[in-house]
Amino acid sequence: MADLLQFLFSGITVGATYALVGLGFAIIYNASHVINFAQGEFVMLGGMGAVYLVDSGLPLPAAILLAVLATMVVGVTLEKMAIEPARNASVVSLIIITIGASIFLRGSAEVAWGRNFHSMAPFSGSEPIDIGGAALLPQSLWVLGGAILAVLALKYFFGRTRTGKAMQASAFNPYAARLVGIDQRFVLMLSFALSGLFGAVAGILVAPISLTYSGVGVMLGLKGFCAAILGGMGNPFGAIMGGLLLGVSEAITAGYISSAYKDAVAFLIILLVLFFMPSGLFGKRRTERV
Amino acid sequence: MSFWQSPRGGGLVALAVIIGLLPLVLPNNYFFNVAILIGLNGIVCIGLNLLIGYAGQISLGHAGFFGLGAYVAAILTSNYAVPPLAAMLLAALLVGILAFAVARPIMRLKGHYLAMGTLGLGIIIAIVLNQEVELTGGPDGMPVDSFSLLGWQPYGDRVWYWIVGVLLLVTVWLALNLIDSPVGRALRALHGSEVAAASAGINVVRFKVQIFVTSAILASLAGSVFAFYIGFITPGEANFLHSLELVAMVVLGGLASIYGALVGAAILTILPQVLTVFHDYEMMMLGAIMMAVMIFMRRGLVPTLAKLLRRRGS
Repeated sequence: MADLLQFLFSGITVGATYALVGLGFAIIYNASHVINFAQGEFVMLGGMGAVYLVDSGLPLPAAILLAVLATMVVGVTLEKMAIEPARNASVVSLIIITIGASIFLRGSAEVAWGRNFHSMAPFSGSEPIDIGGAALLPQSLWVLGGAILAVLALKYFFGRTRTGKAMQASAFNPYAARLVGIDQRFVLMLSFALSGLFGAVAGILVAPISLTYSGVGVMLGLKGFCAAILGGMGNPFGAIMGGLLLGVSEAITAGYISSAYKDAVAFLIILLVLFFMPSGLFGKRRTERV
Repeated sequence: MSFWQSPRGGGLVALAVIIGLLPLVLPNNYFFNVAILIGLNGIVCIGLNLLIGYAGQISLGHAGFFGLGAYVAAILTSNYAVPPLAAMLLAALLVGILAFAVARPIMRLKGHYLAMGTLGLGIIIAIVLNQEVELTGGPDGMPVDSFSLLGWQPYGDRVWYWIVGVLLLVTVWLALNLIDSPVGRALRALHGSEVAAASAGINVVRFKVQIFVTSAILASLAGSVFAFYIGFITPGEANFLHSLELVAMVVLGGLASIYGALVGAAILTILPQVLTVFHDYEMMMLGAIMMAVMIFMRRGLVPTLAKLLRRRGS
């Protein structure tokens, strides 16, 4: 029982990071139907940036804020420099552009910070909390709290603010949204800023648990992508559930079956979902008009 | 169009002449090695371009098929004493069945589900190759017995250069024929509009699955040849980054252009070798070049340049 609880703790912690990354995928996909393969690099930039700023003497909250802001700027720059000039390009070309961006960002991080692993001190001590015989790291609570806060903020943003509603409207029907005067270019820019925000937050929160390095974004990005598909592409709250589900399945597989194949679980689930539930667990069925 | 201006006439002759004359200017084995790698990447990319450029589907897992072709052929010859040529064909058969099993259910769906499915499949293949240490040697890789056919053993980069050169020519010829056949026209039709193609009587799912399996088998064959040529393989051949490289080659050279795929393969095989001069900046530059080409030459190098030339000419 304690074992299971332990796996659940670690699964939910990891799952929360996948969820945040998946959220970024869903938001950009909604605004532009672009699958942003540079999403994982936002996670890396957030984590590495915060580690670097803390190491150069900044207090933790300031370092976090600055790292998040910097990642958002990178997100907007990517959109302005690479996505917007290529509007109307085919989906395949857009995928290649974001893949190029991801390689570029990883290369830049290697030049700036080297290829070594970096660690970050936990935000509030490393003394594990004992719950029912399982150890819960305080940092896990930070990750969970951060993810919950992000979801609530997003829910408020999409449901209650004018800008958020404009984004929802554009996702639902870009042409109708443009007709009522919603600036599509602004929505697109905002979506990259938001997914930069969620990516960076995920990277910073998880950095004290798993070390961070310039290549950390590759796997995290792909798992986040899986989370987004699992939840039904373009459904932000589905992405959250998808992320948590992936994290827990991974932890349970690692604990009971084989830790070697832990990384394969997410992708196996994706294949099964595509075979049997192609619109994801929470996606709506759509009929396409011709 | 006269014989010399057509891709199947002049284009094929030009390619044969280039392959034939290249050894005269290649100074040493290192250059032969790069040329062989270009040829093998070219074979994979021609298959992949049939899928991406003509059928309009993307695969982010072709390195998995390449890796599987390499490993299955290597394991069959080294551990089970299967003759190399038979091992290659068995690997291709296995990859073909796997590709069919995965593509058949996915291809019914619209949009870029194939990208996601192939991404997952490719990564699972890479993880299996990494983890099944007893069979594959794990992350350290495994040695491959040398190729032999009826007692003949190709030896040295120059011999392999001719083998890969001939294979490449045959692949280009087959691909050009395929495009000009009813299958090719069906593919282009469904790329334009699947609904329109279906209402014209084209079995959309069947053609998409066929072309996917064909391209997977080409990747597998190239992987097997690679394994026998290089003599030592690692799971890195099957990883996600290699899959991305292959797609980048196709898109860079030009979608729906057989020679474009070849040019893309050549550039992205040579580029990392040249960029090593820049050491740490290598990755940054590779990413920047990929982005720049896609933004400024959306249709890829060969179609963009061909259009420019035609405009000059007229």
